[in-house]
Amino acid sequence: MRTSARPLPGLGGQLGRALVAGILSLALLTGCGTADPAGTPGTGPGGTTTVRLQLQWFVQAQFAGFIAAADQGFYAEQGLDVQILEGGVDIVPQTVLAQGQADFAVAWVPKALASREQGAGITQIAQIFQRSGTYQVSFADRKINSPGDLRGKKVGNWGFGNEFELFAAMTRAGLDPARDVTLVQQQFDMQALLRGDIDAAQAMSYNEYAQLLEAKDPKTGQLYRPEAFTVLDWNTIGTAMLQDAVWADSERLADDAAYRETATKFLTGTLKGWIYCRDNVPQCRDLVVKRGSKLGASHQLWQANEVNKLVWPSPGGLGVVDEAAWRATVELALTTRNQDGKTVLTKRPELTAYTNDHVRAALDRLRGAGLDVTGTGYRPIPVTLNEGGA
Amino acid sequence: MPGLGRGWRRRARVAVGTLGAVLLGGLLWEGYKAVGDPDGSTLFGVRLLPRADDAAMPHLGEILGRLTEPELAGGEPVGLVVLRAAGFTLRAVAVGFAVAVLVGGLLAVLMQRFRVAERGLLPYVVLSQTVPLIALAPVIAGWGGQLSIGSRPWQPWMSVAVIATYLAFFPIAVGLLRGLQSPAPIAEELMRSYAATWWHTLLKLRLPAARPYLFPALRLAGAAAVVGAVVGEISTGTRGGIGRLVVEYAREATTDPAKVYAALLGAALLGLVVAGAVGLAELLLTPGRRASTR
Repeated sequence: MRTSARPLPGLGGQLGRALVAGILSLALLTGCGTADPAGTPGTGPGGTTTVRLQLQWFVQAQFAGFIAAADQGFYAEQGLDVQILEGGVDIVPQTVLAQGQADFAVAWVPKALASREQGAGITQIAQIFQRSGTYQVSFADRKINSPGDLRGKKVGNWGFGNEFELFAAMTRAGLDPARDVTLVQQQFDMQALLRGDIDAAQAMSYNEYAQLLEAKDPKTGQLYRPEAFTVLDWNTIGTAMLQDAVWADSERLADDAAYRETATKFLTGTLKGWIYCRDNVPQCRDLVVKRGSKLGASHQLWQANEVNKLVWPSPGGLGVVDEAAWRATVELALTTRNQDGKTVLTKRPELTAYTNDHVRAALDRLRGAGLDVTGTGYRPIPVTLNEGGA
Repeated sequence: MPGLGRGWRRRARVAVGTLGAVLLGGLLWEGYKAVGDPDGSTLFGVRLLPRADDAAMPHLGEILGRLTEPELAGGEPVGLVVLRAAGFTLRAVAVGFAVAVLVGGLLAVLMQRFRVAERGLLPYVVLSQTVPLIALAPVIAGWGGQLSIGSRPWQPWMSVAVIATYLAFFPIAVGLLRGLQSPAPIAEELMRSYAATWWHTLLKLRLPAARPYLFPALRLAGAAAVVGAVVGEISTGTRGGIGRLVVEYAREATTDPAKVYAALLGAALLGLVVAGAVGLAELLLTPGRRASTR
């Protein structure tokens, strides 16, 4: 290409300069560097270690313990500066972790194990939720009291790996999920259930189920009462799979002593945050709201309370991976087929997929500080939902 | 001064037309609500017409009223939140659009200059638009996390701008290429007879001739940049923009359907701003001629 260096007349001159400026700025852009190449936790002012935590979704009370630890200074006590990275529709936390753009990630166990099988170098270091928070909800008058009652019904589910507890329950009840029910992809909201487009909807106890109780029943003009619905709870049905867990980078856990120490400190702060949220539910809700959640106050209080029920009591100690529950999750992940005939996992993960070393060390530190880490006497608080969660 | 009078009359006509279009849209909405089946119309189990009840289609008054009510108890009005989010997204749209003009323009010039570049590049340019955005967005967000511009760290909105660029450069590259190739052979031969360089031919002949192709392409690119930015925000969960707001409000659609429509109004406003900017550029860069879409 021939380029002329002398000034060009009229419009041409300006365009020429604009082109040159454009090429220059392009060169500048391509010259931009790579920051933080090793992905190691950086050291901030005052010798604190910077840690990036990737969440699965936007800030909400589901992550209350992490937020409380950051905002109540529990991480700072450990010499950590924790940046909480929010998730999005297409953000996969365990992938972000495996790519080195986060130091720790919160992810559901089956989904993270599936990524691990695909080659993601990640290791589970704590199990925050001891129970599953997923329900299958239907109107009581549909008489869906057991998974077998779903036969012939329109069954909503979110897909993308959120459906396996439901499919396991249906398979156990002798249903073929591909033939005996009509599967419907669900939206973000619960309108499909309320209008009768689907007979049963997937709902998290701490989110979508609350949305139902925040909606007005057009027949009575009052909010729906819990009695209006029947709930299939996978924890009692026996197909629950482990959900929110903390994952770390396997390679750095193996090779990097500083990272191992950071992991223990991070868990110490995190568990303290969850203990704080057990004992101070309204304050914890306020911290979440202050972080800019768009959900209403009563909805967030409900969520903080429901999430506590998934965490507490933790008989084996808060955050400890219970081997039996973990194996049960793996077993379901290996054997349950979804409508495409796929299982979550194709081969059994080795037992090094999780480690309790860091969480036990963290628990020792917290017990040493006189904190109750099992919550044996935990009681949920009463929460009244307002219309629209306000 | 007949010219001035005609100008004012034309402007009045445009204003009345715009107002009429908005009114017509509103009438269609409310009209369908009035006559449509609240439960929608289905044929053999397939929903042909949408539901007309208040949960699916809130009254316009309710949507507009929602703009003035607080987002959360004691919070800022929804309208202000939506405006601020639209402003945030506008930055990503503007940067993305500007880079797209640059990249698309350079590609078009390159492809016009070298036949081999057109043969080699054009399939990839087309191919680039078949990659699903939901697969691309997390990758771009991931790369962004490792970059910095000079000493300034990469901001999440920059990833969104890159996604906007990715969608917007395509119509510009293709449209401008067509425009640059549009002069009649006789005009090119005339330039050659003047011993004009390729550069001069580009500036004096090809670029002016490309204007009628360029501005429709820019309109398409503007719309693509808005879509790219909004979808990019939804995909990566970038906080502060209109895309994120749509997702956040959609979660509340069970009890507050008007809220998510209020956020959609913000997205529509963005589209209008971008279309207006392109229209203004066309007016300024097309001396003595009316904008092409009148």
